Amino acid sequence: MSSRFPTKLVVPAAAVLFAGCNWNPHTSARPSEQPNQTGVIGSALDPGVDHSLVTTDPRAAAYYNNADAVNTGKRLFDQYNCSGCHSNGGGGMGPDLMDDVWIYGGRLEQIHQTLVEGRPNGMPSWGGKVPDQQLWQISAYVRSLSLPQTLAAQTDNTPGQNPAPLPPEVDQDAGWSPPPATTNDYTSTTKGPD
Amino acid sequence: MRTAALILSFFPAAAFAQTIPSPVPENEVFKREDIGHALSRPTPDAGHTAASTANAPEDDGQWTMPSKNYASTRFSGLTEITTENVKSLKPDFSFSLAVNKGQEAAPIVADNTLYVVTAYPNIVYALDLTKPGAPLKWSFAPKPAPAAQGIACCDVVNRGGSVDHGKYIFNTLDGQTIAVDVKTGKPLWRTQLGDINRGETITMAPTVAQGRVFVGDSGGEMGVHGWVAALDENTGKLIWRGYSTGTDAQVLIGADFKPHYAGDQGKNLGVTSWPPQAWQIGGGAAWGWLTFDAELNSLYTGIGNPGPWNHEQRPGDNKWTAGIFSRDPASGSARWFYQYSPHDEHDYDGVNEQILLDMPFAGKMQKVLVHIDRNGYLYVIERNTGTVLSADPYGPVNTSRGIDLQTGRPIINEEKQTKLGVTVRNICPTASGAKDWNPSSFSPQTGLIYIPHENMCMDWMSAEVNYIAGTPYVGAQVHMKPGPGGNRGQLTAWDPVQRRPAWALKENFPIWSGTVVTAGDVVFYGTMDGWFKAVNARTGDLLWRYKVDSGVIGQPISYRGPDGHQYVAVLSGVGGWSGAVVSGPVDPRDGTAALGMVNVMSDLPKYTTAGGTLYVFSLPH
Repeated sequence: MSSRFPTKLVVPAAAVLFAGCNWNPHTSARPSEQPNQTGVIGSALDPGVDHSLVTTDPRAAAYYNNADAVNTGKRLFDQYNCSGCHSNGGGGMGPDLMDDVWIYGGRLEQIHQTLVEGRPNGMPSWGGKVPDQQLWQISAYVRSLSLPQTLAAQTDNTPGQNPAPLPPEVDQDAGWSPPPATTNDYTSTTKGPD
Repeated sequence: MRTAALILSFFPAAAFAQTIPSPVPENEVFKREDIGHALSRPTPDAGHTAASTANAPEDDGQWTMPSKNYASTRFSGLTEITTENVKSLKPDFSFSLAVNKGQEAAPIVADNTLYVVTAYPNIVYALDLTKPGAPLKWSFAPKPAPAAQGIACCDVVNRGGSVDHGKYIFNTLDGQTIAVDVKTGKPLWRTQLGDINRGETITMAPTVAQGRVFVGDSGGEMGVHGWVAALDENTGKLIWRGYSTGTDAQVLIGADFKPHYAGDQGKNLGVTSWPPQAWQIGGGAAWGWLTFDAELNSLYTGIGNPGPWNHEQRPGDNKWTAGIFSRDPASGSARWFYQYSPHDEHDYDGVNEQILLDMPFAGKMQKVLVHIDRNGYLYVIERNTGTVLSADPYGPVNTSRGIDLQTGRPIINEEKQTKLGVTVRNICPTASGAKDWNPSSFSPQTGLIYIPHENMCMDWMSAEVNYIAGTPYVGAQVHMKPGPGGNRGQLTAWDPVQRRPAWALKENFPIWSGTVVTAGDVVFYGTMDGWFKAVNARTGDLLWRYKVDSGVIGQPISYRGPDGHQYVAVLSGVGGWSGAVVSGPVDPRDGTAALGMVNVMSDLPKYTTAGGTLYVFSLPH
């Protein structure tokens, strides 16, 4: 396996790159990293290496295969007014959460990171304001909304009412977005009027 | 791959998407003749209905404010385009706005320059009409805070600016009012009025009069403390701000306040008609039309819905929401108030346009304003006193059985009151109203008001909601549906004197554009599937149509170009509340998405894509 840059060279290059924003690889966490976690990737583009850096947040594991997490997450999703913007997954003031488009990454730990940090185009930051366990539960519900199993359980025009627990394999190919076929791509093709 | 195929096989393709629910049955709504009321029978012989003269000067061929004039007639006196020749209308030039969100603004024409403000990020363009192809004179990017997008209830729209005394004055989504020098495109002043961390945005078009700029906020779905403000036109300095709820001092209610109806008389009703503290987060945003009246020196301010939508969290009349103030433009001091929907239970904002007319009523000419409310009634209100002269349904109504003209209050139909945890079905009109913000026009030649509106109803279940500053404060699951007949939109030509439609035409989609009517007896409007249309003002017959790049929800205008010819201009660019299923990242499988609107609009992505273009039309010459 070859890399365009020897690994040794990557760190100084990165240090120069980030100098303008006071980032020091020797003393600081990556900008996207949270205390007591190894961090999740911030971009699908990771210059200087031949594959995306993969990190796995060990705290995520407890929320897979966890029916209680998605059901509690569903309740919290209403209680913290997430549904005010994202409806029952279809969106409105905020983007929809039930298709295969993920602006900031669609794996469980990435969704959690988005909740913690907020995002610049209108997503509030909830880190420190809501117990972290609840943020994981909400993240699990959000990850479940686009599962084919959850969508199959939709019985009327209100989706997300019977969220399936997350099979661990849905996020196994750690990367920018969930692996193919673990989310639903319904919106790819739109037929014109009859 | 095997696993993947297995998982996918469970998914029923397109199970719930793009199936438009059945229309509400005809017998679910009341008949107009049964629930319309007036203080007098029609007396058309008492005079000719016309725009309030002092508020509608003779047409100079320009279009300097979205409403055309203070009377808000949106009537063009130009006569070159007629019912006979409009079939030859051709696009003259177009201009990409470079923003593919809902474009609700009116183009503005002053001194042979055309000005447009886009949806967020609220870029202003000035185009030189004296040169071929109308090249750009300047553009101005105000760079509003991106986070404002996350607290805008219904797409990131902007309803336009005005030109006055060498300034183009407009608002930004993140709560600023900005005056730009029309010659240079440089800002002369910018004033921060709203706070996004309190859920405040601004989407409305400011009204400029007497050296003052009148502005109101958006955020009725975010628990804001709604207000109207007046700024000094030369400096941007705040002159006054009147809140929609709170103490009389906050609301600017003093000795001058003389409301007509008993229910609006009393001390501090903006506090006492709410549970403790609820008024502080009770909405009452003034995000629609503020109308200046030069004849009576008044400012009429429409006030939006109370929050949250779950009305059981706010027992009381919820003054001063879902109604209209008449204020002294200089001090903001309130003169009268009328509440269209006391204790609103259906999101019936009172922010739609006010058209100022001189009209025969009860045997004499009266100074009235015509307001076409979300709650389904067209009100004719005497402007000195705030007395309702008549109130008639112009769309499907079953939430009330008419307006009691003694008390001014709707006669509530208990069957359609919304409830916690219970789905109440077939409520008409829907939350966005029998008509939303998009303004009507009035022709003094026909005496008719051309109302672009909706024919939609809804199912509603209220839910408990917590207030968290900067997040939605709604508390309702809504599923909208077509009204009786199934056509979701309608253009109604209304005779305010006879209190009945002269004609009406149906549209598949709700009409979310404004209308303009011309002295050639042509009415222009656009549809959400992208047709820009001209119809006969006397008959409603379709005379011409042109397919633009995206659905139309903007406000068409007509002006005289430097060459002396008549032009018609409109923005395309679908979006807004009704078009969010196209312009926003919204999934049509969720009927509750976009506050329940997607349930009735899930087929729109089949008909149009997002866009944003200025189109200008003229006859061949």
